[in-house]
Amino acid sequence: MKASMKKPDVDLSIEFAGIRSPNPFWLASAPPTDKAYNVERAYEAGWGGVVWKTLGEDPAPVNVSSRYSAHFGKNREVLGFNNIELITDRSLEINLREITEVKKRWPDRALIVSIMVPCVEESWKTILPLVEATGADGIELNLGCPHGMPERGMGAAVGQNPDLIERVTRWCKQYYSKPVIVKLTPNITDIRVAAQAAMRGGADAVSLINTINSITSIDLDNMVARPTVGSQSTHGGYCGAAVKPIAMNMVAEIARDPATRGLPICGIGGISNWHDAAEFAALGAGAVQVCTAAMLHGFRIVEEMQDGLARWMAEKGYRSLNDFSGKAVRNTTDWKYLDMNFQTIAHIDQDQCIQCGRCYIACEDTSHQSIAKLVDTAGARRYEVIEEECVGCNLCQITCPVEGCITMVPQESDKPYLSWNEDPRNPFRESVTAAG
Amino acid sequence: MTHPLDHLPRAGHGSDGAALAANFSDLHPPLTQRQAFIESQRCLYCYDAPCVEACPSDIDIPRFIREIAEDNVNGAAQTILEENILGGSCARVCPTEILCEQSCVRNHDAECQPVLIGLLQRHAIDHMRFDGHPFVRAADTGKHIAIVGAGPAGLSCAHRLATYGHRVTIFEAEAKPGGLNEYGIARYKLIDDYAQREIDFLLEIGGIEIRHGQRLGDNLALDTLKRDYDSVFLGLGLGASRQLGLTGEHAPGLMPATDYIHQLRQTDDLGRLAVARRCVVIGAGNTAIDMAVQMARLGADAVTLAYRRGVESMAATGHEQEIARANGVRIVTWAQPERILLDDAGRVTGMRFARTESRGGALTATGETLDIPADAVFTAIGQAFDDASLSDRRAAVLEREAGKIEVDGNFRTSLAGVYAGGDCVAAGQDLTVQAVQHGKLAAQAIHQQLMAQQEVA
Ligand SMILES: Cc1cc2nc3c(=O)[nH]c(=O)nc-3n(C[C@H](O)[C@H](O)[C@H](O)COP(=O)(O)OP(=O)(O)OC[C@H]3O[C@@H](n4cnc5c(N)ncnc54)[C@H](O)[C@@H]3O)c2cc1C
Ligand SMILES: Cc1cc2nc3c(=O)[nH]c(=O)nc-3n(C[C@H](O)[C@H](O)[C@H](O)COP(=O)(O)O)c2cc1C
Ligand code: SF4
Ligand code: SF4
Ligand code: SF4
Repeated sequence: MKASMKKPDVDLSIEFAGIRSPNPFWLASAPPTDKAYNVERAYEAGWGGVVWKTLGEDPAPVNVSSRYSAHFGKNREVLGFNNIELITDRSLEINLREITEVKKRWPDRALIVSIMVPCVEESWKTILPLVEATGADGIELNLGCPHGMPERGMGAAVGQNPDLIERVTRWCKQYYSKPVIVKLTPNITDIRVAAQAAMRGGADAVSLINTINSITSIDLDNMVARPTVGSQSTHGGYCGAAVKPIAMNMVAEIARDPATRGLPICGIGGISNWHDAAEFAALGAGAVQVCTAAMLHGFRIVEEMQDGLARWMAEKGYRSLNDFSGKAVRNTTDWKYLDMNFQTIAHIDQDQCIQCGRCYIACEDTSHQSIAKLVDTAGARRYEVIEEECVGCNLCQITCPVEGCITMVPQESDKPYLSWNEDPRNPFRESVTAAG
Repeated sequence: MTHPLDHLPRAGHGSDGAALAANFSDLHPPLTQRQAFIESQRCLYCYDAPCVEACPSDIDIPRFIREIAEDNVNGAAQTILEENILGGSCARVCPTEILCEQSCVRNHDAECQPVLIGLLQRHAIDHMRFDGHPFVRAADTGKHIAIVGAGPAGLSCAHRLATYGHRVTIFEAEAKPGGLNEYGIARYKLIDDYAQREIDFLLEIGGIEIRHGQRLGDNLALDTLKRDYDSVFLGLGLGASRQLGLTGEHAPGLMPATDYIHQLRQTDDLGRLAVARRCVVIGAGNTAIDMAVQMARLGADAVTLAYRRGVESMAATGHEQEIARANGVRIVTWAQPERILLDDAGRVTGMRFARTESRGGALTATGETLDIPADAVFTAIGQAFDDASLSDRRAAVLEREAGKIEVDGNFRTSLAGVYAGGDCVAAGQDLTVQAVQHGKLAAQAIHQQLMAQQEVA
């Protein structure tokens, strides 16, 4: 038996849109949640909840062989992941039976069922009571699958049409009694429109993002994209670490939108560790879902996620997720409200600098020529910021290979906050237009 | 002449051939594909990179490493070869710890580990695959240049001149080209017939002829070369080994290290080499280290390297000294050769050293002596320019500097149309990579001069 150890005294449990879960880490609807075997292993590992792999009408779709591809970093780390899989390829009956059994065995965990059926009332009316009968805690509408399913009028084909989102959501609220989460597709121009439509339809929450249309790489010898099916390929759905910035922006857009204020958001997209999860929560997510990171490393990653999040929360004095959820939202604003009088300047710590010259050439070639290269008589180089020229763009800090070597130092200023709206340099500033 | 070590046992005596061969395989094994890829990622792609400044042959290191990282090994190889046609051997023999790698920014405190530039360079050259030679030869200029010496300096000069469209004839005293790459470098640094294969590659450019058995100062005169060719380049190296200046210098058992290494590199059968059970190597440079380590690897029981000053003054790099210690070589410092000890038959039995110390910077004998018994003593106290090469009437007037040939910034000697480079000229460290650079720069100077003359005419 393991020795017992001190644990941080925080409560990771959540109640999201009425669904209880021992922690905010859920597995997204995808292969990790495809069947009872995987889901039970996930629960054993510690996942707070799962969104079951999307159910559809029988006959279940058939998948092709060769399904995934990746955008690799230099050391073969997977930056982004791409798939051309369809919704579950198992029959509705087997899935429903397994869901019922699993929920019975794991009552304390969240179990949400993802659904995608044709956009006709009859289809929803038929499937929803069957799902309700499983005892699962809620449903998630897959209105986002970007490949394969839209060609059949489902998935993203619905999620890209606000009227259809609203209509389908309304049917669900009508024929299903438990929480309805609408999963949004990022393959649109303004995510707020989709979220507003879901809200109008009566959604209890939204979850986002589903995958982004993508082609990850081309096999240049055979002139075909990956994953290659025979001699052809098709675009797939992009996810994994690379999509996190896109997903976070969309979460923030919805969190900041007065029209959807208060609508619970489940954050999805590139979450690979506790830090990512905390960031999504800071932008207003009340729970998070993970797919790619689990697919690459297995279910065990949830142990580090829980532990890391708990320790960080304890350190910051947060007792529960609610204590910090949404805290970064109010600091996320439109460009026009940023302080034009704020000034930050790069500072190089000469003791840490290794004289690689990267900051110099970056600033010299592409920014503001604000770093000087000095060479002493012995040939030793030294890089110095020309403070008068530095606009504080952060480029040097980003390209510097030594973490902490370049810091951006906010400058003391007696000038008051001044937004672009009020800035005299703005020819369209509000006072001017008002006067004119 | 009988061999000075004929009376000693053979290396093959009591040890098996496979083990011996293994002792002379690659000192630093090459990187695997994966290792090279990972290592290439460590390069920060510095701007005005300090490593480039430290490479005597000006290789654009960040560029070639980035090319390896981007799976463009042929591009990497071309980047290297463009500046250094012997990039393959330099990658193996350069003391990178005092050149490129010493300057790598990743040596900084926080990391203390340079990018392995030499091994990456080797990786690129070893894995390049070209359809034919990667350089093109310009249209024939009608000019013909004589080069004396087919060492790194001469070969590099020849290749560059050939790319400009000039014809080149190399006059070489020895039976094989390559200079010290063929006859001098430690066997475990340049293994097998690498030196010859690299030269075959270099000669693919075309327009270069090598004539062997042609020795300047013997069957060849500078006058004739000046008369028959448009320009002359001398890449003579340092042919003479410095002597101890003691009685018994020619006794059986005493031998210049370079002579022994020459045999060691040429033999097909290491087992037939004479090996001293106990030997002393006198000197403190890389040649001394090479000799001591190779003797240890051939199976000598006790190898002592003796130097008249302290470790800190040794010319051999710290890395080389470590290799010596790792091979069980004992390094004795503050010991100046005083007498070669001989037996009744006049054979070497050891070496007597005067103990020395530094008094106010001056090396002074303490009055004590130290005898080290040995069946063989190898001298490695430096190479010197062999004046015999410049004995003909015309050659004799070439200006000298510190015993070597004097040249200006364009590698021009005091005789118009005669250039020189590599170890035989004054300046810099005597390294393969420097010889390659001299040859390349001299070729550029020769080309400019010839083309300028043509315009005037
Ligand atoms: C034992 C030893 C180990 C070394 N190890 C290293 C090492 O690990 N790394 C490193 O960078 N450097 C090393 N060096 C130094 C390096 O080998 C030389 O700097 C380099 O070879 C110089 O090239 P070169 O072309 O000037 O001369 P050489 O290589 O000496 O070539 C000169 C050529 O000219 C020919 N020649 C000479 N005189 C005549 C004549 N009169 N007529 C016709 N032909 C003639 C010779 O036969 C030879 O082929 C080592 C040197 C020695 C002696
Ligand atoms: C192989 C694969 C299959 C997926 N199948 C579904 C699905 O059936 N239904 C669904 O709503 N989302 C599906 N997704 C999308 C994920 O649930 C998730 O929204 C997306 O991968 C982003 O999260 P991540 O970056 O953590 O992977 C799938 C993703 C992958 C990689
Ligand atoms: S990028 Fe960083 S380490 Fe490199 S020179 Fe600039 S400050 Fe120094
Ligand atoms: S030639 Fe030698 S010094 Fe130059 S980069 Fe290559 S290994 Fe380093
Ligand atoms: S100094 Fe080191 S890190 Fe910088 S370019 Fe050279 S090899 Fe790369």
